[in-house]
Amino acid sequence: MQRSPLSEVKRGHILNMLEKGRRPDGRKLSEFRQVEISTGGIETAEGSARMKLGNTEVIVGVKMEVGEPFPDTPSKGVLTTNVELIPMAFEAFESGPPSPEAIELSRVVDRGIRESQMIDLDALCIEKGKEVWILYLDIYALDYDGNLFDASSIASVAALRNTVVPASRFGKGEDFKLPLKSLPISCTTVKIGDYLLLDPTLEEEEVSSARLTVATDENGDIRAMQKGGSGHFTLDEVRRSIAMSVEAGNSIRRYL
Amino acid sequence: MRPGNGIYRQGGSYFSSRLGLKVFRGGFVDIVPLSGKYVPVPGDEIIGTVTDITPTNWLLDINSPYPGVLHVSETPWKIDFGATARYLDIGDNVTARVLSVDESRHVQITMRDRDLKKLKGGTTVDIAASKVPRVIGKNGSMIDMLKRYSGCRIIVGRNGRIWIEGEVDKMLLLIKAIRMIDEEAQKHGLTDRVKMMLEASA
Amino acid sequence: MSMEIPEGMQLINSEGRRLDGRRPDELRPIKIEAGVLRRADGSAYVEMGKNKILAAVYGPRECHPRHLQDPTRAIVQCNYSMLSFSVDERKRPGPDRRSIEISKIIGEALEHVIFLEQFPRTSIDVYIAVLQANAGTRCAGLTAASVALADAGIPMRDLVPACAAGKIAGKVVLDLMKEEDNYGEADLPLAYIPRTGEILLLQMDGHMTQEEFERAIELAKGGCMKIYELQKEALRRRYSVAADEAMLREETREV
Repeated sequence: MQRSPLSEVKRGHILNMLEKGRRPDGRKLSEFRQVEISTGGIETAEGSARMKLGNTEVIVGVKMEVGEPFPDTPSKGVLTTNVELIPMAFEAFESGPPSPEAIELSRVVDRGIRESQMIDLDALCIEKGKEVWILYLDIYALDYDGNLFDASSIASVAALRNTVVPASRFGKGEDFKLPLKSLPISCTTVKIGDYLLLDPTLEEEEVSSARLTVATDENGDIRAMQKGGSGHFTLDEVRRSIAMSVEAGNSIRRYL
Repeated sequence: MRPGNGIYRQGGSYFSSRLGLKVFRGGFVDIVPLSGKYVPVPGDEIIGTVTDITPTNWLLDINSPYPGVLHVSETPWKIDFGATARYLDIGDNVTARVLSVDESRHVQITMRDRDLKKLKGGTTVDIAASKVPRVIGKNGSMIDMLKRYSGCRIIVGRNGRIWIEGEVDKMLLLIKAIRMIDEEAQKHGLTDRVKMMLEASA
Repeated sequence: MSMEIPEGMQLINSEGRRLDGRRPDELRPIKIEAGVLRRADGSAYVEMGKNKILAAVYGPRECHPRHLQDPTRAIVQCNYSMLSFSVDERKRPGPDRRSIEISKIIGEALEHVIFLEQFPRTSIDVYIAVLQANAGTRCAGLTAASVALADAGIPMRDLVPACAAGKIAGKVVLDLMKEEDNYGEADLPLAYIPRTGEILLLQMDGHMTQEEFERAIELAKGGCMKIYELQKEALRRRYSVAADEAMLREETREV
């Protein structure tokens, strides 16, 4: 994903607006775009969600099957997360193997779910050391206008909440709802000049110097963090981003 | 009635090649498409944005599948070889005119008219080129209204790129109005709706 | 085609109804929406029975890769792919041979109707994503791509509808669903322009007599004609124009 060479001129215009407390789409700096989520639309998936965040749209599908556990975690289910930046979503996305952007996205979304222990992976054990549930979380970007980190993460949470483990299909008993332990919500802030903006659009991402994604839970505890971009944050800026993430996270959690 | 733009002939009948509105012009029927890319036509006054610089010319994005080439000899300035970046840099917006388009659609543009210039500050908004007449309106009625309510400077390129400059809040309002025209150009009562929207935010 | 049919399953019951209650000449319910994505130049969403397909068009735009550029016309690059969760058993992301073949034949059908000479040196990029599959995805994909191209304002001779006919339990039927495709005897996808009678996509998989083939083509043509009307309607709705105001492949006589 290349930076547009036009960004420097756009940057001047956007900074001009930020000085007056406005963003190109009229939002306040700490405002999230409108979130629209629909779940369960894909019958071939065990769980699914389609989400619009402003003009960014992603679709997430969960597929499950029975398989072998990893040797070092014989009684835990296996989670595999994959984000596909398909060319339909944006002119600069190319087909082919995942780009570094796609891989970073996949790994950040994965950690947000795995390290926060959102899914009870122990409950996905069928026979220790032999059989566990394998869960594939596949995220596709359909329309790109910034902030795929949050769109992917939040849509994944919605899809997982909607997921039913297809035990009967594999002869492992009755189907059951995927057991979840918490609902971490991810919120991303970018830095433009000295300003911090929550939930950036594509235009804002392109002129920003750095990005910080923070996933928080119901208690305001931090479950995951990722800083990206070649600029820097001061510690104070990090604290402010966390505060914005907690607040936005709670609103989104209520909506879900 | 004779077939004009956007109509092709097959067998003994005429068909439209795109979804569009029938427009009667003189003794002709044109199809004004509701969407589609700008195809440069010599004489068009456009707004371009510099994307590439060489020692003897600039390449500009003109909101079209085809870039516009601006040669140093087609500017109002006397430029030494290699000094091109000092006059126009990447990201700069300019008003220009389409000079020529060959069969492979290589586009040459010029800035040599008196009122063609580099645009300082402001920002650009892109709409479908076919909607430009709606932004201008009958006898300039729409664009006059836009200027009045926003107090902004507005230059509309034939290629669908519009440059605006003014107070931050007014520019945001103006962009909203322009997008409204782009979305609803083909509907009735557009001028009234845009006026209502502008008045409500005054 | 020709998987072992499960015990007790009747593809056509004693009343002549199929598994989903349809009669032999009935299409599955269809929904078409134009202009569903913001970034792409044109887009469309199609549901045909349980198929859910999204198509997006970028272009005409600068041709990448450069070496494929044609100085006299635009080229069409089509990419059909199934999302990993669109089928019962998860599909690994990435192109497979089936997707590449389907991309090719859909691209060729579309090339035939686009006025390519109007845009030399460019590429018209068509992306088709199957979100949920239930037999007939290439037809639904081509139907969607055609609407997406019109949504993008790309000049064409006509919209291209597509649908499949087939043979199940010895009988020729229209628009196979998944089980009928799995356990039936033949499958015949067709893309057809009603106005000119041109056939732009044609494949056959299975076993048919020549009479059965003729019957299948008749059914598929009829299906295409219905789908064509739905394509036009979707575009009119998108732009909220009344039928009498917009001109879309309507005839005008020279006065």
